[in-house]
Amino acid sequence: MRLELEKRAEHSTAMALLSPVIALALTLVSGAILFAALGENPAEALYVFFIEPLTASWSLQELVVKATPLILIGVGLAVCYLSNTWNIGGEGQFTAGALAGSVLPILFPDFQTPFTLPLMLLMGIAGGMAWAAIPAFLKVRFGTNEILTSLMLVYIALLLLDWLVRGPWRDPDGYNFPESRIFSDAASLPALADGRMHVGAIFALIAVAALAVVLMKSLKGFEIRVLGQAPRAGRFAGFSQNKMVWFAFLLSGGLAGLAGISEVSGSINQLTPVISPGYGFTAIIVAFLGRLNPIGILFSGLLLALSYLGGEAAQVALGISDKTTRVFQGMLLFYVLACDTLILYRIRLGGPAATGKGA
Amino acid sequence: MKKIMGLAAAALLGFGVIGAEAADKLKVGFIYVGPIGDHGWSYQHNQGRLAIEKEFGDKVETVYIENVSEGPDAERAIERLARDGAGLIFTTSFGFMNPTLKVAQKFPDVKFEHATGYKRSENLSTYSARFYEGRYVIGQMAAKMSKTGTAGYVASVPIPEVVRGINSFMLGAQSVNPDFKVKVVWVNSWYDPGKEADAAKALLDQGADVISQHTDSPAPLQVAEERGAVGFGQASDMIAFAPKAQLTAIVDDWSAYYIRRVQAVLDGTWKSEDVWGGFDKDMVVMAPYTNVPEDVAKEAAAMAEKIRSGEFHPFTGPIFKQDGSEAVGEGIIIDDGTLLGMNWYVKGIDDKLPN
Repeated sequence: MRLELEKRAEHSTAMALLSPVIALALTLVSGAILFAALGENPAEALYVFFIEPLTASWSLQELVVKATPLILIGVGLAVCYLSNTWNIGGEGQFTAGALAGSVLPILFPDFQTPFTLPLMLLMGIAGGMAWAAIPAFLKVRFGTNEILTSLMLVYIALLLLDWLVRGPWRDPDGYNFPESRIFSDAASLPALADGRMHVGAIFALIAVAALAVVLMKSLKGFEIRVLGQAPRAGRFAGFSQNKMVWFAFLLSGGLAGLAGISEVSGSINQLTPVISPGYGFTAIIVAFLGRLNPIGILFSGLLLALSYLGGEAAQVALGISDKTTRVFQGMLLFYVLACDTLILYRIRLGGPAATGKGA
Repeated sequence: MKKIMGLAAAALLGFGVIGAEAADKLKVGFIYVGPIGDHGWSYQHNQGRLAIEKEFGDKVETVYIENVSEGPDAERAIERLARDGAGLIFTTSFGFMNPTLKVAQKFPDVKFEHATGYKRSENLSTYSARFYEGRYVIGQMAAKMSKTGTAGYVASVPIPEVVRGINSFMLGAQSVNPDFKVKVVWVNSWYDPGKEADAAKALLDQGADVISQHTDSPAPLQVAEERGAVGFGQASDMIAFAPKAQLTAIVDDWSAYYIRRVQAVLDGTWKSEDVWGGFDKDMVVMAPYTNVPEDVAKEAAAMAEKIRSGEFHPFTGPIFKQDGSEAVGEGIIIDDGTLLGMNWYVKGIDDKLPN
């Protein structure tokens, strides 16, 4: 006896739409069991986790703040993954963008004009693109595995940030503590409301809308898909694999760079040794959770952000450990991926005879 | 949808009732940078929180958020505690400084206390402990116990706090053995048991036979135990992890300070201030001296007492910088401002300060 995954000949549209709902329901049931086992009232725990963060203006804004970089990076990565380009280095491109954009407020703190912010944003985008151009170049020119190079560049970017804030970019008035000076108002992204939600959220929405149109309605979107699913067919159609590698990396790098400078300028207002709690890596999960669809990524980014906020709320309101939160997040991802798998595949119980010498 | 709304409304109502009940209690909030189970920095702050609960019982309620990253997440976590009704909030890591200041400006009625920082305001105090006092004591012990004349130092991140500790350790060691060597490995993290253990192994391989650490996990001490070397616990008494290797530990004891501050809020006498206490304020405590000859233990206790009483200051000149230039002359004590921004090594340290 053994289990086999067999590809379904056709999959039901209804089930495809229902799958996230089923996954969420399964997570809620398992979560309830988990919380009950911890001696908490499951209904109250689930309320604190999923609903309470949505009941106040400030936490809704915080939700958007947390989701913004995830979505910006996630939609860029979706284009990469759809075109079979494996950019794992969103975190590095995020950091490179933050560094490039921070050159102005840190080295030229007196340059405070209406042009400061737009320039910073452009430099951030350029920084992320430049960082992403390295693995793109290595892949196109030498056939280097981009998974490795883009990942390695993450650590280089993080250490570069670390070196800069401990050394040359350290706040001269900061008692030698590893932090840059604080950005002037002219170099800080304006808030959208009374809380911390900033203009970066609008960039994320624009990126989602633009990429949704490109992917669904344009020839470029067709090219991305064809080269991703059938590179040979793509070549016959006259599409260039190399150009696509460049396109995917530059686009995703630029978006990650924009996310980086937006986060630094809109939320932290200075460079510190840590500017990201792993946005670039979490965005990979967000991209797949959203099924590489920009609209889907919008929702998956918000959902993941909610799970972080809910986790904190649960710690405060119920005294539930941070570890429980992580288990809960893990269950959510597991169920989503498992449900998706079962839409595309069916489980078959195969006897040893069926495959002859198998087992 | 209606059902969900109803449920939410009911739950909100429920919360309102809980909130009303809690109104006359002081809610004290804590933000921890690590897990409370790190047996180091965050663990000790959490011990302080538990001490508050024990001391004040029904008069207070405490809440905490652990594992808060010192980046963009910090401000949200702090603000959550303020919005949750906390009247006094301790943010217990340097990287929370600017987020704490921002939230403090938004909530003028809430009192904030930030550990190890230097920015204060009307409702934001700072506090820290003079751990370097303990490091002088263990530096002397290291020099007495070492056969190779070399100690290994597992360091976290090159901020003044850590550099000051290395210097104090070295000054203590040099007071016993002027040729003593200290080798430093930076792991660039406050809590990373794997990297900390690797650093300790590398240092032992390079001839160190005493391990000192300024990282939060017991891993370096455990490595010392395995390899037959000795070492010192960090932040908490780690004797359970290294019964044969731990000579003593520099224990961060926040309980007394936290209890004083909670009392001040309850009494309405809380004022924004800067507290930098050491042995004298019971913020730094030495764990029992173990695995050492009696005279070493006695001398260590005597030195700790001399520092506590103010008779001796670890940073008393003459002190020379690594390049040989004189930092302070004979009999002069380095002032607190210089100590707070210390970014140079004293002479004899076998490392280049990452800068």
